[in-house]
Amino acid sequence: MSNTFLGMPTLPVFGHGNLNATEKFPKAAHRELGDAQLRANLGHATHTIRDKRLKVVAELPDWEDMRDAGSAIKNATMARLPALLEQFEANFTARGGIIHWARDAQEANEIVTGLIRATGETEVVKVKSMATQEIGLNEYLEEQGIAAFETDLAELIVQLDHDKPSHILVPAIHKNRRQIREIFLREMADVDPALTDEPARLAEAARKHLRKKFLTAKVAVSGANFGLADTGTLTVVESEGNGRMCLTLPETLITVMGIEKLLPSFADLEVFMQLLPRSSTGERMNPYTSLWTGVTPGDGPQNVHLVLLDNGRSAALADEMGRTALNCIRCSACMNVCPVYERTGGHAYGSTYPGPIGAILSPLLTGIKSEENSSLPYASSLCGACYDACPVKINIPEILVHLRGEDVDSKRAKIKVPSQMDLMMKGAQWAFSDGAHLNLLEKGLPLGKLAAGRDKVIKKLPGIAAGWTQSRDIPAPPTQSFRQWWDKEHVAPAAVERSQDGSRNTEGEQA
Amino acid sequence: MSARDDVLNRIKSALRDSPAAPEIPRNYRLVSTMTAAQRLEQLVDRLVDYKANVFVVPAAEAPAKLAELLDGAASIVVPHGLPAEYLQLLKNDAGSPAVQVDSPERRLTVDELDAVDAVVTGAAVAVAETGTIMLDGSPSQGRRVISLVPDRHVCLLRAADIVEVLPEAIARLDPASPQTWISGPSATSDIELERVEGVHGPRTLDVLILS
Ligand code: SF4
Repeated sequence: MSNTFLGMPTLPVFGHGNLNATEKFPKAAHRELGDAQLRANLGHATHTIRDKRLKVVAELPDWEDMRDAGSAIKNATMARLPALLEQFEANFTARGGIIHWARDAQEANEIVTGLIRATGETEVVKVKSMATQEIGLNEYLEEQGIAAFETDLAELIVQLDHDKPSHILVPAIHKNRRQIREIFLREMADVDPALTDEPARLAEAARKHLRKKFLTAKVAVSGANFGLADTGTLTVVESEGNGRMCLTLPETLITVMGIEKLLPSFADLEVFMQLLPRSSTGERMNPYTSLWTGVTPGDGPQNVHLVLLDNGRSAALADEMGRTALNCIRCSACMNVCPVYERTGGHAYGSTYPGPIGAILSPLLTGIKSEENSSLPYASSLCGACYDACPVKINIPEILVHLRGEDVDSKRAKIKVPSQMDLMMKGAQWAFSDGAHLNLLEKGLPLGKLAAGRDKVIKKLPGIAAGWTQSRDIPAPPTQSFRQWWDKEHVAPAAVERSQDGSRNTEGEQA
Repeated sequence: MSARDDVLNRIKSALRDSPAAPEIPRNYRLVSTMTAAQRLEQLVDRLVDYKANVFVVPAAEAPAKLAELLDGAASIVVPHGLPAEYLQLLKNDAGSPAVQVDSPERRLTVDELDAVDAVVTGAAVAVAETGTIMLDGSPSQGRRVISLVPDRHVCLLRAADIVEVLPEAIARLDPASPQTWISGPSATSDIELERVEGVHGPRTLDVLILS
């Protein structure tokens, strides 16, 4: 198939749903930073997975070769995406599956609702899925009078607590066992009141809570980790068996998958099923992987649907610098190594996709002009740890810088009056352009010391600089600058002589 | 315009710079370098690490070992294609547990499966490096549901079906068949990253490797 257009070329059409932050990152981060429990839980969790990941990655002599293959396969997929989607569609359909296309979150939600309605059911079980999180499916279904039950343990915890996931792999990473026990006792109707906070007991409570649901469910909704174009196969990777329950027992299975999740061939799984588990949970392989190709008579759901979701992905693809963000396989390795994520947690990012990948993916899907997401590319120290960890070698720092540029350009076009930042930059330009200018400014240093007060820290700076002091204190400046000190210690040779003479004359101690 | 055409059109227009599809460098390991004995040893090591129970026995002793393993089980389900010798033993031995055969002619209901103590299946292939056993729905492994609902899964694996690396296993699998890849019993690490074995899938995985 050629890449010729079917009609007029379309402008980027951005995505909706839970992609947009509800408030700017600095504001949200400030609030989250105040939660010491969150930071302790997160620090423990991210460091644990990080260490496990390094250990299992080091076991493989060909890890870097695998990353190279993974990165190239994904780039090749994106380059040939229209043809691969059509190939996937033909194969999936030939085996009895039904494909639906959705331009955006709203359309996807409507399709899924219509499919559930057609079964006559008002309850569905769900496998953890980023795509349905992104489109806000659970909330939408609730409005339509359909109850969606999350079955992944972490998603269940988050759902019972009326909270939001904060990590793409371990959505309840921000909660500890004590908090989870409290949630279960409060929200599970049938829970044993003697429940302890041992993880094994908590997992058992979840098993009991969901068992009957699984065995009687008629409809399941899932996402997919990979779609394989040459065979029309879908894949779900999981640990608990809740995925297998949902994918196997119900009569109807509805999967929602982003159009970027394709791989060209079944054989490409050999690369990705090595990259994904080791990068995400630090395991050699996840406990369960399910693969299905359309309908298998007598085995598993007999009504099999797939909703292929755009929701801003085509817009991200149109960004030549940013499109590799679509190569992401949602392993979460980047967030586990990110110093910013480690301190703020996932909620600060607002979007379904937190951490370094979220900081680029969310604004790419919604457009950088989306007011709240425009602050996300700044949520990074550009240390590069995410790039090193990414199994498909997405150059996140480079895309962050590119998006910051886009943001500045889009704002410059909008803002007429010079902003505080512009004025500060002007001032800095003046100061650094001439030593005399800088000298003049440095005379003000003792004032800073004064402002800091007795504990020698500045807690609040005025104006735009307040952002710096929102979540950190600045140590008081020294009373003199390096330049002032140098002038004092290294007086010109002639001056030295004169002063030495003078001292001799006045005090005579060298005699 | 239909959503399908609209989406495809947007993607094509997004790719108006016609990016080249790169060559895929496949320099990773595609085949084993280990001996059969090393592969067996590695698989056992990985499975035990995942908290599966692993037994290596000569094929001739397998039926006896199986009977011993299932001694405490009151009811067992097997797929219709399970090798006759195992089925025979389970059926005829006096005092042996009740065996139900799941077949295309007689598919057990979910409630029936929920009431049995254990399931015995074969396996298509296993990967030593990752500790993964693959079931592909063929007659010796049965429908996906039979290895899911019972709380104990006893899996019979021929040592000859152990490969070292994942690409070797993928090459043996038929994409058209529904597959379940199993690496240890059901587990979760969702609470403080502490691994707990046994959530919704079978909480016990016994692997009987026939050497
Ligand atoms: S960007 Fe890379 S490291 Fe981050 S989640 Fe995606 S694949 Fe994993």
